[in-house]
Amino acid sequence: MNHKKLLIEPLRKANPVTVLVLGICSCLAVTAQLKPALVMGASVTVVTALSNFIISLLRKGIPNRIRIIVQLVVVATLVILIDQFLKAFAYDVSKRLSVYVGLIITNCIIMGRLEAFALSHGPWESFLDGLGNGLGYSLILVIVAFFRELLGSGTLLGYQVIPQSFYEAGYQNNGLMILPPMALIIIGIIIWINNRKTESK
Amino acid sequence: MSLFNLFLKSVFLDNMIFAYFLGMCSYLAVSKTVKTSAGLGLAVTFVLVVTVPVNYLVNKYLLAPGALAWINPSWASLDLSFLTYIIFIAIIAAIVQILEMIIETFTPALHSALGIFLPLIAVNCAILGCSLFMQERGFSNVGEAAVFGLGSGIGWLLAIVAIAAIREKLRYSKIPKGLDGVGISFIITGLMGIAFMAFMGIKL
Repeated sequence: MNHKKLLIEPLRKANPVTVLVLGICSCLAVTAQLKPALVMGASVTVVTALSNFIISLLRKGIPNRIRIIVQLVVVATLVILIDQFLKAFAYDVSKRLSVYVGLIITNCIIMGRLEAFALSHGPWESFLDGLGNGLGYSLILVIVAFFRELLGSGTLLGYQVIPQSFYEAGYQNNGLMILPPMALIIIGIIIWINNRKTESK
Repeated sequence: MSLFNLFLKSVFLDNMIFAYFLGMCSYLAVSKTVKTSAGLGLAVTFVLVVTVPVNYLVNKYLLAPGALAWINPSWASLDLSFLTYIIFIAIIAAIVQILEMIIETFTPALHSALGIFLPLIAVNCAILGCSLFMQERGFSNVGEAAVFGLGSGIGWLLAIVAIAAIREKLRYSKIPKGLDGVGISFIITGLMGIAFMAFMGIKL
């Protein structure tokens, strides 16, 4: 398999969120605004890529029966590093993400890629695969967060995008968009569009 | 807050699925029939009731800032809370393993009902999430932690059984092409979440 394909495929055709339905668990709550979603996406990408790389290096030495525990330990260590890093350099975002940083450990994308890919491929390929899947996941997070922040608060990354004159003319922010259930509905619509597109090709 | 209020709050107001999206993967993957989803829901509740109090004790006596003072007063300045994730996940994995062995030995009937789900639960976000929320909210005793675990588990059970029942009925309805399967499950979960928000006005 060529390397470029490993990186590009998870973005559209084999997107972990919309096609394989993995890893929706922990992270929809962070998509009410764009900034936490970007940070979350970046954190997950780093953890997926590095854990894939490390497990792939260790794959010949791990006894099959205890591999889940070994994987969990590697992933948990990486997540602790990310958590400490965020606390040191981006404290407000880290507060906003609260427990969801910790929940990266049980993100199914990471375990899924470790089991399905890293255990049977070389380190460099696994690294690229992890990177691709992390980016595919971030892509969905960012799309959802974009619509939720734009329609829900009228801002992007905290800057006001919808001009004040709109509000004076009677435009109102859609308060429903900020509430958690809308994230699910937006994902449902993304899956719908994605399915229609891949079908018509 | 009394224990009963805490229970109601964790079942309805802070529902694991509808308010926090925890455990969505197994929620979507296993909710095809009511029977299997009830089995998984029971297993999750069971594991939560055991793991949350255990993690509460571990957090209180080992991990929280200054928690080690009961061993040696000079250790009161230690703070091991950065180890939280790795300790919690290890405890959860170990407890799930032990529970599986106990259930297999003493109640084979329950084991054949829950058996295939138990290993899956170790990596279910709802379990780790519940322990982390417990840590964040700082309950005052083990009883509260246990009730919180029980309530969250039952809330999860309720959600997965409800979506499974809806999906069984959905098989007979006409869904736009491309939306059937996962897409419609997401949208229905979203609508159910909006319905659950009706509980939010309740003051306990």
